[in-house]
Amino acid sequence: MKYFRHVLVILFLLNFNFANAQDNDLESKITKNLRCLICQGQSVYDSDSDFAVSLKLLVSKKLEEGKNEKQIYDYLKDKYGEWILYDPKFDKSTYFLWLLPILLFITGGAIILRLFIIKKK
Amino acid sequence: MKIRIPFLFLTIIFLVIFFVFYKGLQNSNIYTPNNNIEKDLPNFQTKMFNEDREIFLRDIFKKDKFYLINIWASWCIPCREEHSFLISLSNLKNIEIVGLNYKDNSKNAKNFLKELDNPYQIILSDKDGTNSIELGAYGVPESFLIYNQKIIKKIIGPLNNKSFIEIKKIIK
Repeated sequence: MKYFRHVLVILFLLNFNFANAQDNDLESKITKNLRCLICQGQSVYDSDSDFAVSLKLLVSKKLEEGKNEKQIYDYLKDKYGEWILYDPKFDKSTYFLWLLPILLFITGGAIILRLFIIKKK
Repeated sequence: MKIRIPFLFLTIIFLVIFFVFYKGLQNSNIYTPNNNIEKDLPNFQTKMFNEDREIFLRDIFKKDKFYLINIWASWCIPCREEHSFLISLSNLKNIEIVGLNYKDNSKNAKNFLKELDNPYQIILSDKDGTNSIELGAYGVPESFLIYNQKIIKKIIGPLNNKSFIEIKKIIK
């Protein structure tokens, strides 16, 4: 019986923890995808600068207001521009960035395929 | 002929990558935000600095008048540098200066104004820094020129002689 009680307490504590962690998940996901604009090479999540601390607060405020992830991104994009997002959109100025890896992958594959086919022949 | 085609591909890829990186070498990798875009002034509730009351930002600004929102703090050294420019701007007739006190201790802030004089018609308080983010600011000091509920110019960093003359030209 004693053992059972211990297990219950541990289970309860674990569940408590789980519920709490889920709540923070979306906030950290969003702040990890935001660039800290005044500290180079760091996300807002990683940074402790004044700017990042305030931005984290604002994101949690907006989440409390019931805004979803996309609405928050759009809101910040309107204020600070595309640069604040780590995940750049596919458009005129970024197509090279998105297509270059695919292009390299395809050419690499073509070279390998060619070598194999030539070898077999 | 067997080796030629991959070799050609590799050379082309190498050249493309070389060219891209070579061009990139000359680019500055320090991000400079675009600060000349006209934007609507956001509306949010904020605390007054001297009184214990809240106010909507848009209620402060009347039409057909220039305003300068200046984000400042007593702990910010460059704010001391730009203070003389704010004082001279406050002496001009056609512009009003609104201060936004950023993450500051109110006693220190009051001492700062006592020591260097107060150029602000209205002072708002931004204890946690979220109001500045809503304005689209990066830090302190920063100034926004407002006309007809629109941000028409943004000055990141302390005001200097150049930006002072620019503001004077715009509000003339």
